[in-house]
Formats: sequence, C-alpha cells, structure tokens
Amino acid sequence: MFDLDLWREIFQSINMNRTRTVLSGFTVLFAILLFTILFGIANGLNNSFAESFNDDANNSIFIRTGRTSKAYKGMQAGRRIQIKNEDFDFIKDEFNDEVQYITARIYKNVTASFRSEQSAYDLRAVHPDHQFLEKSIMQEGRYINMGDLHNRTKVAVIGRLVEEDLFKKTTAIGKFINLNGISYKVVGIFSDEGSDNEERKIYIPVSTAQQVYGNNDYLDQINLTYNPNLTINQAIGFGNKLEEDLKDRFSVARNDQRAIRVFNMAQQNKNVNQMTTVLGVIVFIIGLGTLIAGIVGISNIMIFIVKERTKEIGIRKALGAKPSSIVSIILIESIIITSIAGYIGLILGVSILKLVGPSLKDYFITNPSVSSSLVFGATVILIIAGGIAGYVPAKKASRIKPIVALRND
Amino acid sequence: MLKINQLHKSYPIGDSSLHVLKGIDLSVDQGEMVAIMGSSGSGKSTLLNIIGMLDEADTGDYILDGLPINNLTEKKAAVYRNKFLGFIFQSFNLINYKNAIENVALPLYYQGIKRKERVEKAKFHLEKVGLLDWAEHLPKELSGGQKQRVAIARALAANPKLLLADEPTGALDTKTSYEIMAFIQSLNDEGKTILMVTHEEDIANMCKRIVRLRDGVIMEDKKVTQVRAEQYV
Repeated sequence: MFDLDLWREIFQSINMNRTRTVLSGFTVLFAILLFTILFGIANGLNNSFAESFNDDANNSIFIRTGRTSKAYKGMQAGRRIQIKNEDFDFIKDEFNDEVQYITARIYKNVTASFRSEQSAYDLRAVHPDHQFLEKSIMQEGRYINMGDLHNRTKVAVIGRLVEEDLFKKTTAIGKFINLNGISYKVVGIFSDEGSDNEERKIYIPVSTAQQVYGNNDYLDQINLTYNPNLTINQAIGFGNKLEEDLKDRFSVARNDQRAIRVFNMAQQNKNVNQMTTVLGVIVFIIGLGTLIAGIVGISNIMIFIVKERTKEIGIRKALGAKPSSIVSIILIESIIITSIAGYIGLILGVSILKLVGPSLKDYFITNPSVSSSLVFGATVILIIAGGIAGYVPAKKASRIKPIVALRND
Repeated sequence: MLKINQLHKSYPIGDSSLHVLKGIDLSVDQGEMVAIMGSSGSGKSTLLNIIGMLDEADTGDYILDGLPINNLTEKKAAVYRNKFLGFIFQSFNLINYKNAIENVALPLYYQGIKRKERVEKAKFHLEKVGLLDWAEHLPKELSGGQKQRVAIARALAANPKLLLADEPTGALDTKTSYEIMAFIQSLNDEGKTILMVTHEEDIANMCKRIVRLRDGVIMEDKKVTQVRAEQYV
C-alpha cells in the first residue's frame, strides 16, 4: 500500500534536516563509490587477461615437432620428427570426442604479386577449420573449404592488408594472385582482431601446398581446439594424453621435451583463472568490508538521529502515533538516504571509471567498468542495507516512552 | 467520564523504590474543570501521566468513558490516546520543523483522515485560537502564548473527550497565562472536560474544582467558585 502522507512526513523530515541527511548519506556514498571503483578495476584486469588471449581461440592446443633430445629404443638423439597427413588423421579419429576444430599448417615464405605490385608474405597451407582456430573474420567471399582440399584447387584467401597492398583500391575477389610463380584465384578476404600482422597472411589449401611445393604429405604443425564442454582439468588431461600418444607413435621418450611439443591453452587458462578467482575473492572481501562499514556508519547516524528526535517521537506518540508508524518513518528514511546516496556514489564511480578508464591501459587495466547486472544488484543491496541500517534505530525509536521523551528538562 | 480506584504507582530508585501514588480515588464527570495541585514530588504529574496513558499504574482501576484502561498494548494505547485525549504541555511540545497548521493537523494524520480534510479541520481550530494568520509560521517564529494556543488547537483537533493540561501556563507570563486560561475556560463552557496540573493558586482558582495532593494521597477535594480569567485580560 502506498501511503502518500507517510512519504510526505519522511521527505519533510529529510528536507528540514539537510546537514544531518547529507552527512549520513556521505558515508554510504563513499562506500559505494569505493566499491564501484574497486570492482571496475578488477573487471579491467580481467578484461586485460581476456584480451591478451583474444588473438586465437582460447581452447587451442598447438602441436609442433623438432629433433629428439634423448636416445630412445635404440635410436640416437637428434632424429628429426616429421608429422604427416596420417598423424593428422590419427588425432582426428582417436580423439573425435575431445576435438572441436582441427587443422594442420604448412609454412612458406612467398613473394606475391598482382600486376606490377609485389611483396613478400607468410603463406600458410591449412584445413578449413583453421578459420575458427584463428578467429579469422570473412570480409568478402569464402574461406577454404573441403572441396578445395579434395580437388587441390589453386585458391587463396588473403588478409585485408594483403588486398590493400597489392590490389590497391580494387577488389581482389575473383582475380588471380601470383605466389612464387604459380597463380591462385583469390576467393576470400579476411580480417582479424588480433593484430595487423595476422592480416598480412595468405592461406591456401593444405593439399594444394603439398602437391605444389614438395609433392609429399608433410605437415609443419597441427593446431586444434578441444571440446569447450570439457572442464579445464579434463582439457589438461586430454592434452597430456595427446602428447603421450604422439610420443609413443613416434617412439620418442616420454620425457623428451623437444621432439614433440604440445602447447595446451587450458594450462594457461587454469593459471589465469586461478589468478582472477583470487583477485575476485580479494575484491569481494574488500568490497563487502566497505559496504559493511557503510551500513554500520549509517546505522550509527540513524541511532544518533533517533536520539536527537526522541522528543519529537514522544510527541508523535502522545498524539496517537502507533509504534509501527514510528518504525516506518525511521526505516524508510534510512532506506531513502542509503538508496539515493548509494546511487549517487554508484553513478560517480561509473563516471570516474569512464573518465580515467582509457588512460589506465598502460597499467594492464582495460575498459574498467561495472555491468548493468552489478548495478542492479548493488541497488537491491543498497535498499536491503538501508533496511538493516535503519532497523535497530527504528526499533529503538518505537520503544521510546512518551513520558520519558516529554519530561521537561 | 473518568473513574480511578485505589491507584498505586512506584518508581524504582536504585535498590529501593519510591512510592509516588499511594491509593488515589478520583472521579471526574463530564463538563468538569479540575485542577490538580500539589508541591513538586506530590505525584500530581505522575497521576496526569497515568490518566493520559503515557504511564501505567502498578495496581488499581482506571476507567475512562466506560472503558477499563489497563494492560494496554502500545498500539491500543496509541489509538485510545488519539481518540479520547488531548494534551497541552508546559513546554508546548510542538514539532519544530512543522508549521502551525501541520502541527495542528498531526493528530488527524494519525487518525487516518485525508489530507484535504485535515487541512480544513486544522484551519478551523487555528481560527478558533485566533491564529489562522500564522498558519504557515514555524514554532520558532511564534511567541510563547501563540505557541501554547497552537498546542491547544492541536489538542482540540482530534475532538477529544478529555483535555489534559500539564502546567499549561508554567512557561508564560501572567498576562499571557490569563489569556490562555480564558480560552481554556471558554472551552469548558462549551462542555469540554478539562484536567490540569498546576501549582499556581490563581490558576487553580480559575477551575471549578481543586484536588490537592500531598505525598501521593489526596489531601483535599473541593468545588470552588470559578474565577473568570477574562476580567484580568
């Protein structure tokens, strides 16, 4: 039930005692301000972590090979390990459930030319899944597909900057680009949020590269992403199993760190997660402490207010105010002061974050901000906090005996 | 109107207790104007507080307008106070941040009366005490006599059956005191029952009956010829 008169009473009391109201509001304002800024900075740190892994899918596993560093099963150290198509198929078949996307990579340096323009670029021969692993964003045309792989078509997907360099203002789609003397049809242009460097790459089908550049079935690297439904620990387990299986397959000692290297992002994620969790806990504790300090502060002031208003409350009771009406007055006043002051603190905090946020990039804090759900949650907490802060003083006020309050002194 | 039987009240003081009221019998009829007199510590204020339901008796009966008043919950006491009683205090006890009309309207607010009607009624009573022109003024902008008149208007606002006054002229000079008394007398003439505590003889003589208390018992209870206050104004 909305009692307009009750609100009138409360606003009159707030309005007539501005200093008191402002002082009590300030405690809460400051608490919420600190809380918001703290939370924003913590979010900023999290954002920085997230961004530094944004270049590639964050559930990636990279498999690279080198020379063996340990003699094993009668074979000398220094043996070169070469992965081939059959190894790629092996992983794909063996770990079908754990693998989300998988691609091989063959690296080449090429000189690319179109008409009179020419420049050197990194070429990568890949499978279609590579698009998702690298998070390439198609600007125009299409990526390499299974058809290209089967038919060993001479098609190329080029980065945005390659198109800019070689094709100037015209579109590259449908034109033929010359890579080390062989013509490829440009079927797609991509961009990448990771870096400019990525946008200077040229992709062709892995099968085409094998035929054209060596007539073999060699691969330089295998990249894959694990099933995102795996927990971090399952993903780490999967990575370890993969490494062991490959080492067995190539008869490499289990403890040989150089022959076959499996870099698992899950391990990295786990460390980052642990750190952000700890950070979150610290921020939560400090934030909660600040909030509690705010509540205690306003509760103190409300107790003082009740003391100051003892006589008034006594008069009201003598005139027929029920205890419940006294409780409402004090409680709602507390909630109003807390909510309004807290909200100002919140807005102030968000504004400060907006204002100084961009200049904090150098301190590993990216886009420090608070989410709208946090703002909503904080509002609810404020109202509850106001209620808690006001409850004890309100109860105290309702127990004031009018005779004591009205005693002449 | 009001009937009190063998009323006892004591206050604890440290380990012992102070027996303030030692068996009070008092009965007041409709339309009476009674002065309760006594030196300080005689228990007159305690008696008034108990009659005003601001305090509770230890033992004894108290019947107000046919209703037994004992073991009231706070809520019930609030309702009864609001319905039956109007208070006038020595120190006026106006709420300092409310203007005259808001002060007068406050008991009506606690009766749950709508704002528009409250303002109308409050205006009516302010006019009755001759302060309608001061309706928007805060208590600190009023003189002592004016404050007491606002307080009287407030006491009347809820149209109580019984008006209780605790040294209503205690904080006023003689001339203003008589003005206030003249007004209270006119209320009594209209039929209001009035009970006041005072220790001034001249004020007491302006009532119709004087009850003298000493050490918690009634020493004397006599009707007097009312001295009209108008003649001094």
